[in-house]
Amino acid sequence: MKKRTSVAVGALGLALGVAGSAQAATLEDVQARGVLNCVVSTGIAGFAYTDESGEWKGFDVDFCRATAAAVLGDPGAIKAVTSTGKTRFTLLNAGEGDVLWRNTTITFSRDVGVKLRFHGVNYYDGQGFMVRKDLGVSSANDLDGASVCIQTGTTTELNLADYFHANGMKYEAVTIETNDEARQNYTAGRCDVYTTDASGLAATRSTFTDPDNHIILPEIISKEPLGPATRHGDDQWSDIVTWVLNATITAEELGVTSANVDEMKSSNNPEVLRLLGVEGNQGSELGLSADWAYNIIKMVGNYGEIFERNIGVNTPIGLARGLNAQWTDGGLLYSPPFR
Amino acid sequence: MTAAAPPQQTGALLRLWRNKEARSVIVQIVTVAVVCTLVAIGLHNVSVNLAAIGKEFSFDFLTAPAAYDITFSPFIDYTSRDTHLVATAVGVLNTLLVAVCGIVAATLLGFTMGVLRLSNNWLISRMVYVFIEFTRNVPVLLHILLVHGIVVTTLPAARQAINFGDTMFLSNRGFYVPAPVPEDGAGIVGVVFLVAVIAAIVFRRWAKRVQDETGTIYPVFWICAGVIVGATGLAFLATGAPLTWEVPALKGFNFQGGMALKPEFLALWLALTYYTSCFIAEIVRAGILAVSHGQTEASYALGLRPNRTLQLVIIPQALRIIVPPLVSQYLNLTKNSSLAIAIGYMDVVATIGGISLMQTGKEVETMIIVLGIYLVISLVISAFMNWFNRSIRFKER
Repeated sequence: MKKRTSVAVGALGLALGVAGSAQAATLEDVQARGVLNCVVSTGIAGFAYTDESGEWKGFDVDFCRATAAAVLGDPGAIKAVTSTGKTRFTLLNAGEGDVLWRNTTITFSRDVGVKLRFHGVNYYDGQGFMVRKDLGVSSANDLDGASVCIQTGTTTELNLADYFHANGMKYEAVTIETNDEARQNYTAGRCDVYTTDASGLAATRSTFTDPDNHIILPEIISKEPLGPATRHGDDQWSDIVTWVLNATITAEELGVTSANVDEMKSSNNPEVLRLLGVEGNQGSELGLSADWAYNIIKMVGNYGEIFERNIGVNTPIGLARGLNAQWTDGGLLYSPPFR
Repeated sequence: MTAAAPPQQTGALLRLWRNKEARSVIVQIVTVAVVCTLVAIGLHNVSVNLAAIGKEFSFDFLTAPAAYDITFSPFIDYTSRDTHLVATAVGVLNTLLVAVCGIVAATLLGFTMGVLRLSNNWLISRMVYVFIEFTRNVPVLLHILLVHGIVVTTLPAARQAINFGDTMFLSNRGFYVPAPVPEDGAGIVGVVFLVAVIAAIVFRRWAKRVQDETGTIYPVFWICAGVIVGATGLAFLATGAPLTWEVPALKGFNFQGGMALKPEFLALWLALTYYTSCFIAEIVRAGILAVSHGQTEASYALGLRPNRTLQLVIIPQALRIIVPPLVSQYLNLTKNSSLAIAIGYMDVVATIGGISLMQTGKEVETMIIVLGIYLVISLVISAFMNWFNRSIRFKER
């Protein structure tokens, strides 16, 4: 029922919300409120979930915390606005959230049609398939006639339709509202295949009691660049979110970590000094304090630290860096320079 | 003198307020004004907020390809290349399918339980009572999830399906039964069937008139059933049994061929049926209890047998009380079917109000469409039941 109410709240927000809230200075609103409202998912292991003590954790949540560290100087000053795939943009556009960090694929229709502002990619992903080992399937091309569980309101159901159509294969789509429900249908054997982004498959598999009995097929059938989004109409806020992401990537590239960030303040590299606010006035140009990026790295960490802590090879999710390595290591992470 | 004017004016207003008719007019004008203002503010804010984020209010997206698949589409041959409009139609038909099936089944079950609840057998009436109280005091979404969970987790997987003589298969992918495939000559059988039904209706009218005029009673039901079954059966044999069965068989991952009752439909249908039937049972019980016991005694005194008493005296009077609240239950069932997306049944909320909304970002437009569709469905049900209610109403002469 929660999702229905949130759609209703979102729609009501559109109808009765203070007119012109979209143009309001989000930064001032957030600073006056003292809390950053982040639209996150209802729960994906490793990306956004609550631990035993009810605290929000995960890759996307850490980026939300990084944003709060930059804007408010306090990574704890966040409020998680949970959303399903279906409700996330309505909640953002209705002003329930200030920024969306919710493994959301950047697409033309979302950027242009849904009127969102995207700020770069925090995870390069692609859609994959997971099947039970005992089915004896080794390739997605063997899936003709299979039942496929999908979470609704995602790009995955469109990719799936295109992929099977293009390959002349038939399938039965079982379209479910939430990730949890879809997962239960898969484990109960209602579907042969579970499909979502490869990262989500790894995350979901890690929550199974028998992860070894499931394999992820080698085919990746789509490009899924996941990134943060904000509403149209507030360029300053857009810049802040863009450069929060860039700061974490640049920090890793320059070797600045949460452990050595204090020593790096006396680095010989001018870009490190600009990043950490020792030189130049990049912070005030953004409307933030000079140590905004220092706060991010000190309090939350650089991109590599966030990655390894939540979803890296030493976690139950066990994702390798792959495309998400720095460009200097053969990956796609490439932040514009801090100049 | 000038100071006396204001009290006089308030005095006039006060007098107007104390006038009962004037007061009711004033209250109505104020209410209309307040409602109109709220609606206007809402509409204005929607347009301002949409403009602020640069969104245009338009229904053009309906003619663009939907690009997603809907597997459960029994009436339309839908593919992902069809438009959002077709996807909407698939959703509407799926909603109507579960609503109609649910209404029929809930009415039958509800009437049965309502009568059993009044049974003199203590055990039966208590069991029905406990079931009704358990069911109607739990939210319907939980019933839907419960039934779906039971269906999906307790039934075996497709490859271990329960096999009924190699023709019917029950698994958590659905209940697969052979599908009839009409061949040459099947049309003739259909025509004969229709003619037989019309003949039965004509005979029933004639028999009623004869009974009104002379009192002679024909066994109408048995004659009608005999005509319909006999004529259709003879035509079927005469044309050489123009019907074959397509038997489902396990191929690859799933059963292919035949007809299937999908677990999503089954779960939603069952849950909505037994949930709503509990309310209907209470309405039926109330309706029957509201008919004075004197009617029964009077009927017995006239020499009518108990089942004729029920049929001719009690039920016609009880129906007048039962039908109006029954309409609300039909409407509730139809609207509750919008919870379908929780278990993956592709109704109108899941298609146009779900995936289409998400893929196009047209929240306001899609929600207007969904609201409009539910409004039309509900009004049609209401209109039909109002007509039915008028036809059984006590006719004053």
